[in-house]
Amino acid sequence: MEDEAFTDISGKPISLDCQSHSSFCKEFTVSSPKVSMGKVMVYTCSVWLSAYVVFFFTQNTAVLSSAIIITLVGMMLHIHFVKVDHESLLLIGSLGIQVSSSYASGREITTFIEMSKIKDIVISEAVYMHQIIYYLCVLLKDPSEPNTVSSVVPLFQSSKPRLNCLVKVYKSCQEILSKCQ
Amino acid sequence: MVLKIFFPQCCNRAESGLLVGRWISGHDSAVVLAVIHYPFIPGQVKQYIQQMQAQSGVELSVLGAWSLPKEGQEGMERFLRDLSTVFPQERWLQVSRQMGKMGFTCKVVYRDQSKTLRLDDEEKVIFVHYEQRKVMLSQLHPIESRDPDPKTEAPSELRQVFQTVARSQPLFFLDRYDDGPLKSTHWQSEGREASIIVELLKQASVPLCVLISWLPNPVSSVLMCRIFSLYPLRFLSSKLSTCIQISYRTEHMRTLSSPKPAAGHTQFMRKANILVSFLVDVALGVLLMSWLYRDNHITMLANMLVPAADHVAKELDELLQWLMGVPAGLKMNRALDQVLGRFFLYHIHLWISYIHLMSPFIEGILWYGGLSACLGLTFALSLLSDMVALLTFHIYCFYVYGARLYCLKIYGLSSLWRLFRGKKWNVLRQRVDSCSYDVDQLFIGTLLFTILLFLLPTTALYYLVFTLLRLVVVLFQGVLHLSVDFINSFPLFAVGLRVCRPYRLAEGVKFRVLCDEPGTALHLLMEINPLKGSTVVQTYRTPTYSCYPRDSWAALVKKLFVGELIYPWRHKSTKTD
Repeated sequence: MEDEAFTDISGKPISLDCQSHSSFCKEFTVSSPKVSMGKVMVYTCSVWLSAYVVFFFTQNTAVLSSAIIITLVGMMLHIHFVKVDHESLLLIGSLGIQVSSSYASGREITTFIEMSKIKDIVISEAVYMHQIIYYLCVLLKDPSEPNTVSSVVPLFQSSKPRLNCLVKVYKSCQEILSKCQ
Repeated sequence: MVLKIFFPQCCNRAESGLLVGRWISGHDSAVVLAVIHYPFIPGQVKQYIQQMQAQSGVELSVLGAWSLPKEGQEGMERFLRDLSTVFPQERWLQVSRQMGKMGFTCKVVYRDQSKTLRLDDEEKVIFVHYEQRKVMLSQLHPIESRDPDPKTEAPSELRQVFQTVARSQPLFFLDRYDDGPLKSTHWQSEGREASIIVELLKQASVPLCVLISWLPNPVSSVLMCRIFSLYPLRFLSSKLSTCIQISYRTEHMRTLSSPKPAAGHTQFMRKANILVSFLVDVALGVLLMSWLYRDNHITMLANMLVPAADHVAKELDELLQWLMGVPAGLKMNRALDQVLGRFFLYHIHLWISYIHLMSPFIEGILWYGGLSACLGLTFALSLLSDMVALLTFHIYCFYVYGARLYCLKIYGLSSLWRLFRGKKWNVLRQRVDSCSYDVDQLFIGTLLFTILLFLLPTTALYYLVFTLLRLVVVLFQGVLHLSVDFINSFPLFAVGLRVCRPYRLAEGVKFRVLCDEPGTALHLLMEINPLKGSTVVQTYRTPTYSCYPRDSWAALVKKLFVGELIYPWRHKSTKTD
């Protein structure tokens, strides 16, 4: 378990956890920063304050109850669909790669890519708004055409770690892929 | 290379014996299907495996030996090791487990002794545990067709695993509790009971299918009758949505009523979806009927209908009077205005007298029409849509008259505008060319142009009003058709299967690391990743005569501007047309 101080592209601290289950099976988990209580308080207070102001003018209690409902529903939707808690990459030599992201509410989305479809794992650059960032991606190939790249699957899309973290993951992945592909 | 062994979870506590399964060629992996227990006679085992291979079409073989030593069975391990000589294989697996410990140990023996794996290479084996019953019943998506095409390469490893387990059904008939010469352990040994209702339904389905296939025969024979191929009736039946719906349901019944079982997963899902949506349709229709025939609702509806029609006619009257006066402050051309207005007023008068003529029969028509809801809600909705089309036929007529007039005017104007500028449309070259006209041609042309131009606001206004009315009717009919389409095509059975038995429709698999003690093999748990809801609906939608907009918004606006007649909803042509 190694825990250097890694950050994501906006400078927020993230943590990387590498678990080596065997010489050809490794799991990497990148955890995003948790929901900050300050932000939650700010949003809730602003919504309720504006609701009170509207209530002051209209004297309609439906405004207040709708503000409460909106806040609750908004928070539930946010933690279920938007807020990613951690993303993990499980690399099993000669079987495949499993990419999964789990949300703050516990929901997990998992995809498994078989080894016959994987061409390589590389670090690539991309233009993202006003920055150029590095990201780790899996190059897929069609088994009938082994020399062309059929599609690209980017990894760690929500946590967006920086290059030092990516290089660590890349090196371990390449060790296994070179042995077991 | 890493050796992968797919091991069923039900065999984790099986007694010592032989492992039966299949080697997957090209991928260095093996699927274990069952464990045959000691005591057994090797000759009988070989015979049994050949029999199973013939029945299932899967290349079964003895993979190796499994030992879970209990008290009093110390010599078992050596006995099982010596079996590798009895069953000659290229690779012989010796898997053993200690009670109380989690990990398995595996040793691979090759036929030529020089390639026996050394002890420290034991780490290069992965045990993938899978739940046998779920994998057997599951279908991996995207579904590949059954016919093996020699040009395409072999399916992927996971697909082969799923296919192997699914096709080995004959192997799972005999159990360790049966009184046969061989006792084996597989998913049936967990004591899973079958549902008696499902079995009874399966038995009852064959005579039911025969009955269903007999029912639509008279209907379809009537429909196929020669009279209906004559032009007017065929045109009419292709326009009435009720007839389309009848032909549609007859086709469905024909699909359902074939007594052969479904040949493959897609066929089975389609039949099941058609059956379930038909039953839901009929249930909704019966619900509608029970509401309609209670508390004199029909009389209420019939009594509402004539005053409603009167009200619509009165509103149209007022509208036309408004147009004939000074609508929205615009000054109309008096003569044309009066002509068009009176023409349309006379039409309305005719229509109202027709409605009044029909009024004593309306209740009867509604009563018998409501009976059609017992065939399904879709029939009631299509009947409603047809009735609306018939009752608003006058609006359709007005729209056609207004549109044609406007269209003629626009074409005339554009052609005379070209003359006004001294140009002409060259039909041969499909372009505008300059042309020298005579003075009298120019004179008459300019005159006509002026007349048409000043009559334009009147015609345009009539056209606008009637187009809007027509669009309202079309929108209402469109909503009805869309809901009929939705009931027809929504795959309720597939969605229900996804909710209740998510392992049956698999998008892929997920792995979880079970135990990783250093020095033993790696153990993974393979679980089925169910298909997403939206993919289920997309894959299993029953193809229908789907009702969707024919034109994009830009094309629609252009057609409206030029005055072409619009038929915004397009139906995909059915096979019977």
